[in-house]
Amino acid sequence: MTPIVKVVVRLVGGFIFLYGCYIVLYGHLSPGGGFAGGAIIAAGLILSRLAFGTTAKQEKSASISSSIFESTGGLLFLLVGLLGLFVGGYFFINLFPSFGTQGRLVSAGSIPFSNIAIGIKVAAAILSIFLVLASTKYIFKE
Amino acid sequence: METFPVLLIAIPLGGAFLVPILYKAWRRLAEIVAGLCLATVLALSIYLAFFLVPGKPLVYLFGNWPVPLGIAFAVDKLSSLMLLIVSILAFFSYLFAIRYMDQFTGAGKFYTLYLLMLVGMNGVVMTGDLFNMFVFMEIAGLAAYALVAFGTKPKELEAGFKYMVMGEIASLMILLAIALIYAATSTLNLADLSRAFATMDKTPGFYFVVILLMFGFSLKAGLVPFHFWLPDAYPSAPAPVTAVLSGVFTKALGVYAMARILFNVYGFSRASSPEVFNALLILGLVSIVVGGLLALPQKDYKRLLAYSSISQIGYIVLALGIGNEFALIGAFAHILSHSLGKGLLFLTSGSVVYRVGERDITKFTGGLGKQMPWTSLSYNLGALSVAGMPPFLGFFSKLFIILGAVKAGFIVPAVVAGLFAVVTLGYLLKITNKVFWGKEGIKGIKESPFVMVFAMVCLVVLLVAGGAFFFWLKPHLLQPAADVLLKGTEYADIVFRIGTGG
Repeated sequence: MTPIVKVVVRLVGGFIFLYGCYIVLYGHLSPGGGFAGGAIIAAGLILSRLAFGTTAKQEKSASISSSIFESTGGLLFLLVGLLGLFVGGYFFINLFPSFGTQGRLVSAGSIPFSNIAIGIKVAAAILSIFLVLASTKYIFKE
Repeated sequence: METFPVLLIAIPLGGAFLVPILYKAWRRLAEIVAGLCLATVLALSIYLAFFLVPGKPLVYLFGNWPVPLGIAFAVDKLSSLMLLIVSILAFFSYLFAIRYMDQFTGAGKFYTLYLLMLVGMNGVVMTGDLFNMFVFMEIAGLAAYALVAFGTKPKELEAGFKYMVMGEIASLMILLAIALIYAATSTLNLADLSRAFATMDKTPGFYFVVILLMFGFSLKAGLVPFHFWLPDAYPSAPAPVTAVLSGVFTKALGVYAMARILFNVYGFSRASSPEVFNALLILGLVSIVVGGLLALPQKDYKRLLAYSSISQIGYIVLALGIGNEFALIGAFAHILSHSLGKGLLFLTSGSVVYRVGERDITKFTGGLGKQMPWTSLSYNLGALSVAGMPPFLGFFSKLFIILGAVKAGFIVPAVVAGLFAVVTLGYLLKITNKVFWGKEGIKGIKESPFVMVFAMVCLVVLLVAGGAFFFWLKPHLLQPAADVLLKGTEYADIVFRIGTGG
């Protein structure tokens, strides 16, 4: 890519990532949440890949780590549900309904935790879709 | 027992996410974890199927929200029968898949998708919420599209894409129906919907939604005017996946969902709305005839079985359309017998492909029964059961469907159903004749590995045992399941009573 793109991405990439984290963490208070924030985080990661390019080795390690993160996100989300089952007696019951102040960052019980899990899962999943599209090439022939 | 419904979702879902991590570390460990998940699901659903009291469904409230507010799972005898069938076939197909998937790369992804498909099917049969049913249908469907294209050869990718387009058309129809229902009633809980529909005028819009739902579920089930995806998708998928797709997938997503919504939510019965039931009857009859006739000239081992599946699903829908007690018992017996029998036949196709590498039956010279005695035995006994020969489970299921038809006065459907049992035997014995019987075999072919043979023999034993103990199975599993449908909207009252803590 041209130096213009590289410089702009170097400036903006971190902020996009940070903005994605903000959307994930404030999902229970403002519009957004795990899916939207995860997609923004993935956009930041994809942007730097597009601007600077990668080697085949980096692509391989990135696809392994993104699939591990994806599974971890899914397992964390399931864990939030199962903790509700084993601690509170019902799947996905709110574990700390009255913890924190209403309307502040620390509030809303289990919802921020499930948002974080969804954010990890979505970011890793979108990144791995990008990696698959970027690194494979199918030729259709009968 | 109260937490079983959620465990039946959480265990395979957890397994599906654990497998790709473990697979990178140690392949066998991932297989063992997937197997443990499937075995646990099988154990839980056997317990549920036999120990659930009829008329007292388990209602599981997510997050402890009472019934019309939150999402609830309602597991009654019908759901538990479907769970049992799904988990039996999923478990034995998994046993078969352990060695069969050696031919493919990336088996870790296979187990993930396989477990996700199980999550979807379990969810569809347990849920008590219409939109939740749609979501689980999509989970199962997306996993199935990927599994059909798992070989990633051009033909398989094409079949997977075709299946995806057709499946998504069905899903969009169902989604449109859900949107219209939600606009009209402001609720999506099945029990609550049932009450809302009871007081609703039978306007053309009401029937439009019914038609949309029937269209969607018929496409998912692969009934005849909507069957175009099926003969491409089944031969392309790996054999254990085809066994699950044909055996339980189309029944859980298509037939079960259609029966649950038409009988329990809309409260239709043969007496109150004959037009809906006649539509089902005709769909079933056309599927039996067209599927059976198209299966006769097929040359591909799995494609023949795929057309046979269309024909056999037709029997189930025909029985739903007849809608009396005998026919419904026959329908559930046929769901059980066809899922075990056709699953078994698809596994034998996998066993033949694993050793010979060929599916075109005109290229076989016969005599494979000498080299692969267990596969041959399994195929022949499975074919006899699917065709409806007396000692097997398949005989009783077709007998009850025909008895139900005669009892309700539908003589022509009964005759057609009886006649096409013979046609079924005809096209299934074609494979026996071309592949298994005869003197000259192909040189250097051995019997398949032990686990594959074990999975097939277990299904044969279940078919024989199902036939032998049919009159014990009938009062314990089939009759209560048929009663759930016959009682119609009483389902809503029961779910409300239990779901609100009363």
